[in-house]
Amino acid sequence: MTTPKPPVQAEVLRIAALARLVLSDAEAEAMTPELAEILAHVAKLEEVDVTGVEATAHAVGFATPLRDDVSRPGLDLERALANAPERIGDGFGVPKILE
Amino acid sequence: MSFEAVIGLEVHAQLLTRSKLFCGCATAFGASPNVHTCEVCLGMPGALPVLNREAVTLAVRAALALDCTVHERSQWARKNYFYPDLPKGYQISQFDRPLATHGHLDLEVEGSARTIDILRIHMEEDAGKNVHDDVLAGSRSYVDFNRGGVPLIEIVGAPQIRSGAEAAAYMRELRRTLRFLDVCDGNLEEGSLRCDANVSIRKVGATTLGTRTELKNINSFRFVAAAIDFEIHRQIAVVEAGDAVVQETRLWDAQAKVTRAMRSKEEAHDYRYFPDPDLPDLVLTAAAIHSARATLPELPAAKKERFVDALGLTAYDAALLTEEPELCRFFEAAVAGHKNAKGIANWILNELLREARGQPLAALKLTPESLAELVRLIDDGTISGKIAKDLFAELVTAGGAPAALVKERGLAQLVDTAGIEATVDAVLAANAGSVAAYRAGKTNILGFLVGQVMKASGGKANPKIVNEVLRRRLG
Repeated sequence: MTTPKPPVQAEVLRIAALARLVLSDAEAEAMTPELAEILAHVAKLEEVDVTGVEATAHAVGFATPLRDDVSRPGLDLERALANAPERIGDGFGVPKILE
Repeated sequence: MSFEAVIGLEVHAQLLTRSKLFCGCATAFGASPNVHTCEVCLGMPGALPVLNREAVTLAVRAALALDCTVHERSQWARKNYFYPDLPKGYQISQFDRPLATHGHLDLEVEGSARTIDILRIHMEEDAGKNVHDDVLAGSRSYVDFNRGGVPLIEIVGAPQIRSGAEAAAYMRELRRTLRFLDVCDGNLEEGSLRCDANVSIRKVGATTLGTRTELKNINSFRFVAAAIDFEIHRQIAVVEAGDAVVQETRLWDAQAKVTRAMRSKEEAHDYRYFPDPDLPDLVLTAAAIHSARATLPELPAAKKERFVDALGLTAYDAALLTEEPELCRFFEAAVAGHKNAKGIANWILNELLREARGQPLAALKLTPESLAELVRLIDDGTISGKIAKDLFAELVTAGGAPAALVKERGLAQLVDTAGIEATVDAVLAANAGSVAAYRAGKTNILGFLVGQVMKASGGKANPKIVNEVLRRRLG
């Protein structure tokens, strides 16, 4: 079992960028040991002997339920757009995306 | 220096369901923006996805038809990225445990057989559509989420394709197969079948892969070959100039007929896939997979072979009849009513397609059953080819039962020799000049005289008998 290497500040900044978070240098510096602590905590799981145990992604023991292919009315347009940051025509307004 | 291209296609096919993959919103194309949305497909907090059974059935059918191993357990994963058309900030897809793996597609490229391996088929939800409408949105864009959450399969082909022509043949065969399975309508223009191509080049004989570019936006069969061939030549020119191919996403510009690098520099992708906690694994029993395999319909390639071997069609006609499911079903239904497959194929490929003028066959009044009846009336000598053509045009626009129409209007062929002789004599008497010319050696005037007799009989005289009587009278 390998113990994860403690994250360096660059790694913290990369993860923050992927989450679209802008961190100041001070925040990134404070977060580096915090993230290391979280990872070390989770790494304790690696101490459990899982030999012969099939990997699973869920704690529930059942298969995903299925529904029939029936189409139903959804939200009416006004309700659907009620939380839009901006409404353009009948669409959700967003910054212009080229290509 | 001689190069070869290495091409892998990733094809997204929209499954023909009524409702979306994880919610009950309709999948109908062409609705006004955002009328088919709900809490689930808009990604509202607390809304939970529930999987559409029919989407699973269709995905399994496609995977089995492509000879894949369908896994009894597959897993849903979140593919995380930010883009305005993705309301949850992730797409529900499948990653390290996909629905199916290890299949293949057999195709024919310029007369020779090729097999392209299918690496995997996984299910996923579609994203929304970004709309750039300068009038309405000005310097902004807007998003229409009607398409968001629509069920797709992604079919990942092995990098075994070597040219634009092969890529186009692969796409056509895949489309034909999915359409005959009723899995996908195969409409490239509406986006229900989409193709991305990974293209790289290497020196002939090299075993490592060159740096690849990803081509997007190939939304027509004409573009598949053109875009890929352009990209192959572009990469060769780059390498021959001593430069390196840059790994990037490029778009096909159909107007300029070139590929262009996307302007926005995409960050190196890190999708941070992880199992979706909202969705337990998709579990299929071996028995369910087995019964799906047992109920697969006959695929177009097998149909084509059978039409040649068992029905005696030419390979060319068999290929035409197995291109579109609608045409093929019409043909098979007609042959079920009358066993002259060649005759029926000729009527469909020559007359029916011309009369249809691009309309769907279902819009015509002619049914496969009435075509079968019409061909039977010709085959048993009841009506002449000329009468059949007239009747056919009417059956297409007005419908009706051929045998009843023939009886009602007295269209049956005249086979009574005495009656035909009387008509022939009348025609000869009225065309004394032609008769003299024939006897003077202009024997090709016979055709004209046959035509006159046919006309006088209202098209009903049996042409064979007319010919015999005329030759006897003139000889």
